[in-house]
Amino acid sequence: MSTLIKNIIRFILLILVQVFVLDRVHLHLMVTPYIYFLFILWMPFKLGRTAQMLVAFALGFALDSFRHNPGFHSAACVLIAYLRPFLINILIPQEGADSNYEEPSPKSMGGFMPYLVYAGVLTLVHHAWLFFLEALQFGNFWYFIIKTLLSTAISLLLIIIVELIFSRKQQFRTNTV
Amino acid sequence: MRNIFLFIRRYFNFIVLLILQVFSIYLIVHYNTFHNAVFSGVMNEVTGKVNTQYNKIDYYFQLKKTNQLLVKDNERLRNQLKQNFESPDTTIKIVLDSIPYDTLGNRRKWMYFSAKVVSNSVVAQNNFIVLGRGTGQQLKKDEGVVDSNNGVVGIITDVSESFAVVMSLLHKDSKISAKLKNGGDAGQVIWDGKEPNRLSLTDIRKSAKVAKGDTVYTSGFTTTFPYGLMIGTIDEIVPDKSTNNYLIKLKSTANFYNLQYVYAIENYQKEEITRLLKNANNKTNN
Repeated sequence: MSTLIKNIIRFILLILVQVFVLDRVHLHLMVTPYIYFLFILWMPFKLGRTAQMLVAFALGFALDSFRHNPGFHSAACVLIAYLRPFLINILIPQEGADSNYEEPSPKSMGGFMPYLVYAGVLTLVHHAWLFFLEALQFGNFWYFIIKTLLSTAISLLLIIIVELIFSRKQQFRTNTV
Repeated sequence: MRNIFLFIRRYFNFIVLLILQVFSIYLIVHYNTFHNAVFSGVMNEVTGKVNTQYNKIDYYFQLKKTNQLLVKDNERLRNQLKQNFESPDTTIKIVLDSIPYDTLGNRRKWMYFSAKVVSNSVVAQNNFIVLGRGTGQQLKKDEGVVDSNNGVVGIITDVSESFAVVMSLLHKDSKISAKLKNGGDAGQVIWDGKEPNRLSLTDIRKSAKVAKGDTVYTSGFTTTFPYGLMIGTIDEIVPDKSTNNYLIKLKSTANFYNLQYVYAIENYQKEEITRLLKNANNKTNN
């Protein structure tokens, strides 16, 4: 399957899962689990940085449309799409791993730990920015901090579970590429 | 000039980030203008269609509960039938008619339209409910919405051809004019954005007679809701130290977690009232 088609299917599936499964799970009022931004974490290495941000904006806007509340998720998505390349640069182990593999995964990032840091930081930034924008309207600081931390923990747990269940097969591409 | 181009090229990604962030925040702040322009037309239809498909499945699992609610509703309505009451004086006979004017000269003011809930949310900070009924089926903007127990749910903010978006009580901009059943003090019901099914009642003076468990209902001062629809019951009363008011928490009558069928209420006299108010305003301005 070509990368483009794979990503389009992923886009639609993740939005549907977020809207129709996770948004309907009422765990606790402090916890809002998010998984849709996994699409941004899994975007190919090769995609240009500007393109990444525009695609991320589209993803956030799609979710906002379902919630009838434009702006919140688009802002959070664009921010993590901007930070993503910096994190990959820091965390990727050997020279040229990002040209040998297609997209970030525990294998291509050389172990589960770097990948977990990568996912964790982006999840935290996403949640913090999203809840901060929401908190600006209500102005409740402690509520915002606790909600961010708890939601990040649950979302990260979900990401690990998804990563374990749907392990993406990443073949090592030859050095000649 | 060359330096400007170099600067733009060097920080191009950062500039794109800033533009997109500013655009997003613009959307958040200017929510209403943008929403009316884009959402009520295209986006509502698209997301509404997807939601309808999902609801077809979801609805099936809740049939039992929906049935129970309908039976209860029917029972209540049947008990209100005029034929259940017998008047002792045989010279008076009450006749009820469904045309706008009944025989006593009363005019129909409110009309209920049932609508199915296609999508609903309680977890967000600003919650919306989508109804599977739109302008094509006589639903209009700014109509009040109640659930099957006559508990207030929200106000319609957007209508498209076959869908309507309801701003639920669980929304930061939601403000409902309310009255205490005991004493009749008027205030406003808002939501503090924390817990679903728990609302706040503001603007009630400390001199008012308030007790836990008291009923709060719509005041009928606005053209959206008739007088006397239940909003909630008082759950917690805290005197506000900085003002002369109470901080009152309500438990909402409507359960926002499992809305299936709701009723939109149309006010047949709304146009007349708004026209009158407009005239009055024009006179004072001139």
